[in-house]
Amino acid sequence: MDCNQARPQLQSRLDDALAAEPAAALDGHLAHCPPCRRAFHTLKTAQGAIREHADCFRAPGALRSRILAELAAAAAAPPVSGRGRARRSGHPGRLGRWGWFGSGAALAASLTLVITLTLAPVPGAPLEDQVVSAHIRSLMENHLMDIASSDRHTVKPWFNGRLDLAPPVRDFEAVGFPLAGGRLDVLDQRPVAALVYRRRQHVINLFIAPADGAAAGLHEASPTRGYTVLYWSDGGLADWLVSDLERTELLEFARLLRSPPPAQ
Amino acid sequence: MSDPETLRRFEQVVLPHLDAAYNLARWLTRNPQDADDVVQEAMLRALKYLTGLRGENARPWLLTIVRQTCYTWLRNNRPPAEVYILDQDDFDLATSPPGEDGGGDPETLVARIEDRTLVNRLIAALPVPLREVIVLRELEELAYREIADILAVPIGTVMSRLSRARARLRAGLFRHLGESDRGL
Ligand SMILES: [Zn+2]
Repeated sequence: MDCNQARPQLQSRLDDALAAEPAAALDGHLAHCPPCRRAFHTLKTAQGAIREHADCFRAPGALRSRILAELAAAAAAPPVSGRGRARRSGHPGRLGRWGWFGSGAALAASLTLVITLTLAPVPGAPLEDQVVSAHIRSLMENHLMDIASSDRHTVKPWFNGRLDLAPPVRDFEAVGFPLAGGRLDVLDQRPVAALVYRRRQHVINLFIAPADGAAAGLHEASPTRGYTVLYWSDGGLADWLVSDLERTELLEFARLLRSPPPAQ
Repeated sequence: MSDPETLRRFEQVVLPHLDAAYNLARWLTRNPQDADDVVQEAMLRALKYLTGLRGENARPWLLTIVRQTCYTWLRNNRPPAEVYILDQDDFDLATSPPGEDGGGDPETLVARIEDRTLVNRLIAALPVPLREVIVLRELEELAYREIADILAVPIGTVMSRLSRARARLRAGLFRHLGESDRGL
């Protein structure tokens, strides 16, 4: 192989797109041709640096939630012609779209049915998967809360008589995690308490269930569908925390929840 | 229109690639709000066409839809001068061949490229047909074949665009280096 044959193949070698034999032949040439080796090194250096430094954008949590809501609506609704998805000029188009979504009151009944069928907990599915499905369900079904209140003295007694556990309810508004309310949910075919907190535009679900007795420190489930899931147990109660919030912020919230409550 | 099984499949197969979809839209529109709109629209299209996805990898399939949605969006929302290049069938023949790298050596390139802002600015400044191959290859790490399918062009075209895009990025880094040297 000479340099004229080697040069056009450098990029393919860089991108791992050469078959074994041509790759070996090229490597043989590079081994004793300093100019080609230098050219390849330049390509490789630039590629490595671009991969390291170029921004890799992640979908914002608010967008993820909106898409889930729209998908639910799309799934429930037959295609509507001219449904006002107009090209926008400025921002009113975006508002118009959500206006359309919000006005779809007729959808509500079938929507709930479809989503319940679709995202009903799968018995035997890993618990973190159920936790994420329950979280998505809470956002989609317009059933985030049975009791909407930022007052823990209202939320806590609401669970009396509805569950055979008394979930501790604390508000963290002072540190940016305001309590929004609570509801009953189901995990592993058992009723559990769900407390809803907010962080900016993000929704956080805290599921509280009876534990089998062993205290366990803070754990993180493997990333599931883009959501962070943290869990721990104090021996009597097991807690599952889920959100699309930035992972470090959710960890911060978990530490707050696990910290001893202030003396009353 | 979409039965529960379709929605479940969508959630399991397509939704995991939402970040890749957003990354491509964000780089092509260069604007977070527009990327939001494009991705939202693309996901609805993806749901509509989900039955067309059979066995192949969902990520390039979704990115094809995102790219088409981006192009439609760019045509409708960007000044004609910027859109012009999207419609040029002879784009690959019309542009001049890439210039030399300016004779810089790899070690100075390393030093320059540590400048994150500069790297991002240079990528953003590429014309869309070159920018998208950089995003798909360097950030999404797709193979030539997958990129060719997304762009609906031959593999050779992908390789030549990639080569020119990379040459422009390197040239930009070296040129910048020259300027800052003069400034000293
Ligand atoms: Zn050589």
